[in-house]
Amino acid sequence: MSGRREHASSALLQPSMQQRVGRVVLIAAALLFLAGFLVLPVAAVFAQAFSQGWAMYRDSIRQEDVLSALRLTGLVACIAVPLNMLFGISASWAITRFDFHGKSLLITLIDIPLAVSPVVAGMMYVEVFGLHGWLGPWLSDHNFHVIFAVPGIVLATIFVTFPFVARELIPFMQAQGSDEEVAAVVLGANGWSVFWRVTLPNIKWALLYGTILAASRSIGEFGAVSVVSGHIRGQTTTLPLEVEMLYNEYSFTAAFAAATLLTLAAIVTLVLKKIIEATSGVHQQIEEKEAKS
Amino acid sequence: MPDKKAKKSWSLLTRSSPLPGVRLSMAFTLIYLTVIVLIPLTAILLHGARLGFSGFLHTVTAPRVMASYRVTLGSAAVASLLSALFGLLLAWVLARYSFPGKRIVDALVDLPFALPTAVAGISLTALYAESGWIGRYLEPRGIHVAFTPLGIVMAMSFVGFPFVVRSVQPVLEDLDPAMEEAAASLGANVWQRFIRVIAPVAFPALLTGTALAFARAAGEYGSVIFIAGNMPMKTEITALLIVTKLEEFDYTGAAAIAGAMLALSFMIMLVVNLTQWWVQRREGKRV
Repeated sequence: MSGRREHASSALLQPSMQQRVGRVVLIAAALLFLAGFLVLPVAAVFAQAFSQGWAMYRDSIRQEDVLSALRLTGLVACIAVPLNMLFGISASWAITRFDFHGKSLLITLIDIPLAVSPVVAGMMYVEVFGLHGWLGPWLSDHNFHVIFAVPGIVLATIFVTFPFVARELIPFMQAQGSDEEVAAVVLGANGWSVFWRVTLPNIKWALLYGTILAASRSIGEFGAVSVVSGHIRGQTTTLPLEVEMLYNEYSFTAAFAAATLLTLAAIVTLVLKKIIEATSGVHQQIEEKEAKS
Repeated sequence: MPDKKAKKSWSLLTRSSPLPGVRLSMAFTLIYLTVIVLIPLTAILLHGARLGFSGFLHTVTAPRVMASYRVTLGSAAVASLLSALFGLLLAWVLARYSFPGKRIVDALVDLPFALPTAVAGISLTALYAESGWIGRYLEPRGIHVAFTPLGIVMAMSFVGFPFVVRSVQPVLEDLDPAMEEAAASLGANVWQRFIRVIAPVAFPALLTGTALAFARAAGEYGSVIFIAGNMPMKTEITALLIVTKLEEFDYTGAAAIAGAMLALSFMIMLVVNLTQWWVQRREGKRV
């Protein structure tokens, strides 16, 4: 996102001595803020995790509970993320390719999970699937458990992550327009080949970007999952919940050791995002097309 | 042509399109949205409504609940002001200046989005606790952060400020230098240019970003509960109170408080949408 417009180019805006000092002060203040507020917490995670030495760290992340939490986190992400990709593609196809009544309401509804507290999000599913909820007693009779079981964790994760893909794709596909797809249809391509041969190649970077955001959030989700999980060790604890449980048991080193895995996932997310932005120019494309129109 | 027929029977459509898939994509989108969002949302609201109006009011205004609103909304307000301040600073520096390591700084701003909230929570607690890297310098001076409302503010600012940066930064980057040049040529100094030229354009974005930061802070759970201390009446946030009620099997009470929180969320969404609508209308007029 580096300066698309050169602000210092004009002679009129040539900075005075005073302004140059101001610039240095502002940059220093920003860097200091980031160092103290963002870098220090990350450094603290690793410092705490390794405070008892490497062997202790290794043993901590090799514990069976941590490994099974890691597996569950992976499983949940593998179900929730592809479903949300499908939803994102479907919603953005409907919204950007057709004109219908209530479109802006639909876009607003997609934003709901970003405004709702994760705790409330998890609780919604307790209301529907819990023992005191609408479907709970019936599900329990059929020996199928959603709340305090894996399906509830998957549902809560889907809820908190489903806007990400759609929100990346909608502005992107809007900016791209439908000319190429219409041309393909006119030339006789059927729906699926239009999608696979024209749409998907065009949106692949934006889709990947949204998917990474959704995956990152689904790995790290805590509040919503915490409400529906029941915290059953080895069965319904995801990695963030395992971190919480270890921490509350005063196993601080083990908690921070497990937290390093999540921190690494977050760092990988940031790096991947930057790579995609740099190689594909996803966001520039949207802005250029908006500028043209 | 069965395809054509299908398009005509879709009464919501306001303009026909040659593209296929309208029924499939609309149906999947609406069913998904209904199952994942609308039905569960209705369930919570109806359960809260079961209390009746006076019962609902009694539950959501009980002293412990009111205290949790004060803690949550007060901390969220302070945190979103701090987020606005530091978010604006970072957006400005990233949009206007070039310096070594700028790309890393730009990537780092998203860290609070990517870092799981539980990790942020335990890490901030470790930093500000009595023996922590920062706490050991603050505690002797009588500044207590961990397990006080100040800690809640810190955690909420951590998760909130990237919203401000990401709202304001693109607006500052797109600002036409010609406008500032014109102001400068007419004799405006730096401050006048900032107040008269930049601020009016950046303000709606700042408002949107701050509202999003406030929404996130008010609903935040994971990063707050570790550092808050969670003392009822003093440092107990509303989200935690809901969890406590659920653990006590008071589902109706939890649903009522959740209903109150949902009302707040929808109000913030309304503010954000109105701001965006206002900006679009203003820009439309200018063009």
